[in-house]
Amino acid sequence: MTDKKMKGSHALVAALEHEGVEVMFGFPGGVAIPFYDALYDAKNLRHVLVRHEQGAAHAADGYARATGKVGVCGSTSGPGATNLVTGIATAYLDSSPLVAITWQVRSDLIGTDAFQEADITGITLPIVKHSYLVKSTEELPRIVHEAFHIASTGRPGPVVIDIPVDVALGEVAYRDCDTIDLPGYKPTSRGHVKQIRAAAKAINEAQRPVLYLGGGVVTSDAAAEVLRLAELRRLPVTTTLMGIGGFPETHELSMGMLGMHGTVAANYAVHECDLLIAVGARFDDRVTGKLKAFAPHARFIHIDVDPAEIGKNVVPLIPIVGQARQVIGAVCKELEAMEWSREQTQPWLARIAERKDEYPLHYERPKDGKLAPQFVVKEIDRVTGHDAVVCTDVGQHQMWATQYYTYTFPRQFISSGGLGTMGFGLPASIGASIGRPDKTVIDISGDGGFQMTMQELATAVNYDVPVVVAVLNNGYLGMVRQWQDLFWNKRYSFTCVEVQPDFKALAEAFGAVGMRVTEEDEVEPALRDAIASGRPAVIDFRTSPEENVFPMVPAGSEITEMIGGTSRKKGRKP
Amino acid sequence: MKHTLSVLVENKPGVLTRVAGLFARRGFNIESLAVGLSEDPRLSRITIVIDGDEHPVDQVTKQLHKLINVLKIRDLDPENQVSAELLLVRVAGEGEKRTEVLQIAEIFNAKIVDVDRRQLTLRVVGTNEKLEALLELLQPLGVLEVVRTGTIALGRGRGG
Repeated sequence: MTDKKMKGSHALVAALEHEGVEVMFGFPGGVAIPFYDALYDAKNLRHVLVRHEQGAAHAADGYARATGKVGVCGSTSGPGATNLVTGIATAYLDSSPLVAITWQVRSDLIGTDAFQEADITGITLPIVKHSYLVKSTEELPRIVHEAFHIASTGRPGPVVIDIPVDVALGEVAYRDCDTIDLPGYKPTSRGHVKQIRAAAKAINEAQRPVLYLGGGVVTSDAAAEVLRLAELRRLPVTTTLMGIGGFPETHELSMGMLGMHGTVAANYAVHECDLLIAVGARFDDRVTGKLKAFAPHARFIHIDVDPAEIGKNVVPLIPIVGQARQVIGAVCKELEAMEWSREQTQPWLARIAERKDEYPLHYERPKDGKLAPQFVVKEIDRVTGHDAVVCTDVGQHQMWATQYYTYTFPRQFISSGGLGTMGFGLPASIGASIGRPDKTVIDISGDGGFQMTMQELATAVNYDVPVVVAVLNNGYLGMVRQWQDLFWNKRYSFTCVEVQPDFKALAEAFGAVGMRVTEEDEVEPALRDAIASGRPAVIDFRTSPEENVFPMVPAGSEITEMIGGTSRKKGRKP
Repeated sequence: MKHTLSVLVENKPGVLTRVAGLFARRGFNIESLAVGLSEDPRLSRITIVIDGDEHPVDQVTKQLHKLINVLKIRDLDPENQVSAELLLVRVAGEGEKRTEVLQIAEIFNAKIVDVDRRQLTLRVVGTNEKLEALLELLQPLGVLEVVRTGTIALGRGRGG
C-alpha cells in the first residue's frame, strides 16, 4: 500500500494488519470510538470484545504465549487504560510480547484532568519495555512498526502505544512501514564465539552437569536445540516454571521443575552439581531459595539474551549474551567435534535416577473423602494425553498443575510466573484457545483466582471458545492458607472463602456448560464430557480443603531445609 | 567509589523521566544529575554521578542500556576525565566578614555576581571537591543559600 490518504484510525487498522495481527482483544470507550468505527470495516483484523480490560491484556498475553506471535490488546483512556495495568505488568515480568493500544484524551486536553484522562505512559513506565505517546497522525504507522519490533525481539516484553483521539481523526498519507531506525536498540542475538567454545569445553569436562532451563528457551523456540544438547552429553534437565515445556517431561533426562515446589531429584541435583548451565533463566528467588547456598559446588554458565540478567544474582564463570536457540546450536556444534565418553557422567546419572525413583512426587488420598487436587490434575493429564495447552491462575492449583501434568512441548504451559497474577487463567486460556484452535485448552484454576476474572466466561461463550475451566475448589485461598498453616500457627486469617457462588449454576447462567464433581470416578467422565461438548465449560471439583503442596523449600531457605519430599521406601529425608 | 556516567540519549520528551524512573525502580541513588543538549541537537548528554559502593555500576549501566532511547553509556575513568560543576552561593558579608569572603572568593577564582550591604553571591566553577572545600570555608561566615548544577564531565582526549 502506498501513500493512500486516510484517517489515523484507518491507518492504525492498516498498520496492525500489516504487522500480521489477526485478532486483538479490547473494550471500547469514548475516545476509542473513531478506532472502533474503523474496526467495523476491518477485513483481516478480528476484534474480541472482553468484559473487563484486564481480561483483554491477559487474553492477548495468553495468545502470545501460545503462538509466539505478538498479542494485541486495546482500551479507551483513563479507567480503561488503568484496567490493563495488571496485564501489562504480568507480561513484563514474564517477558511476553504484547502491544497495548490505549486511547487518550485530545492532545490539547492532556494535563488538564479531562474526563477519563490518566497518564498511562507515566503509570506504566516501570512495567513496559517501551512506550509511546503519539504526537501526530504521520508518525503513527512508524510507531506501530517499531512497537511490534521492540515487543517481539531481544528479550520480548510489552509496549504501550497511547494515542490521543485527535491523532485518530487526523489524516495521513498512509504507507506500510518496513524500516526500523532505532539507534539505541540493537539486541544481541549471536553469542560470542570464544565464550561458546569455553562453554562447550566446560560441558564436555563436567562430571556432574545440570541443564537449568528458563522461559527464554520457550520464547526463543530453542527446544529442539536444547534437546540435542541434552542428548549429546546426557545432561539431566530441570526447568523453571516459565521453562516448562522447553524439554519433554517424558524424557529420561527430565527431572521436572526445580525451586520452591520443585522435585527432590531436581533440587538435589542442582545442590550437588559441578556445572550448572542456565539457559534463558534468571536465578529468581523462587528458584534459588537462599542464594548463597544455591548450587554451592557448581560453576555457572549463564546464557541469556538480556545482558542485565547476567551477573544480577550470580556471577557466572562463563557468561554468554545471545538468543538461546543460536547459542545452544553453536555449543552443540562445538561438542560434536569433541571426544567424550558416556562413562564420565554415568555415576551422576545413576545417582539422579535413583533419587527420581526413591523420591517421586506423591500425595495421599484425603481422609475426608474429598477429591485430592493432585488426582484431578493427573486425570486431566491422562484424559488429554499430555497434549492439552494448560493455563493456570496462581496458588496451590498452579503448583499442582506443574507437578502432576506431564508437559511435552513448548508453549503448552501458560502461567503467570513472575508477577503471580491471580485471575490470569481464564482470560489467558481464551487467548490461548483462539491462538491454538487445534488444541484442547484447559484452565486449571482455584476458586479464589477464578472469581477474580470469571466475567470472561461471557467472552468465551460469546465467541464459542471451548476452554474447560477446572476449578480445584477447596474453599480457601489455598497457598496463603498453606503458609499460615506451616509458618503462622494455623491462624487462617481471611483465607477461608466462606461464601462461594454455585459454580455449576454460574457457568450455566453465562451459557456455558457447568458441572460439579465430588467423586473420584466422576472426574474422567466429567472431563471427557466437557471437552466433547466443544463449548466453554466449568467443572467445580470439590477438593480436600487443607491439602498442602509438597515438597516445599520455604522462602529464603536452603534446599536441605525442604519440607516433605520424603522417600517412598523408608520415609527418610534425601 | 564515585562513578561518573556519561549517558548519550535521544533528545525526546520523557527520556529523562525514563532514566530517573529506572533509578527509582531499581533502588539506585543518584548523587547528581545534569542534562543538556550534546554536539548533536537530536541527542542529549546526561551526566550521572552514583556511589559505586552502594550499587553495582555494572548493573546500573546494563539496565540503562535496556532503555530504547539510551544510545551510549560511558563509565568515565576518574583519572582520565575533565569534570566541572557550577555553584551559586549567597553568603552573609558585613564588615570584616566581607573582606574574608572576598579573599576566599579570590582564592577559588569565584566571581561576585550579586552584592548588597549585607550579603554577597558568589559564582564558581570547579570540580565537586573544590566546591565542597569552598563551602566548608564559607560555612562559618554564614551560608544563606546554595544552588548547584551537578557535575558534568567528558572523557579526556579523543574518546568523548
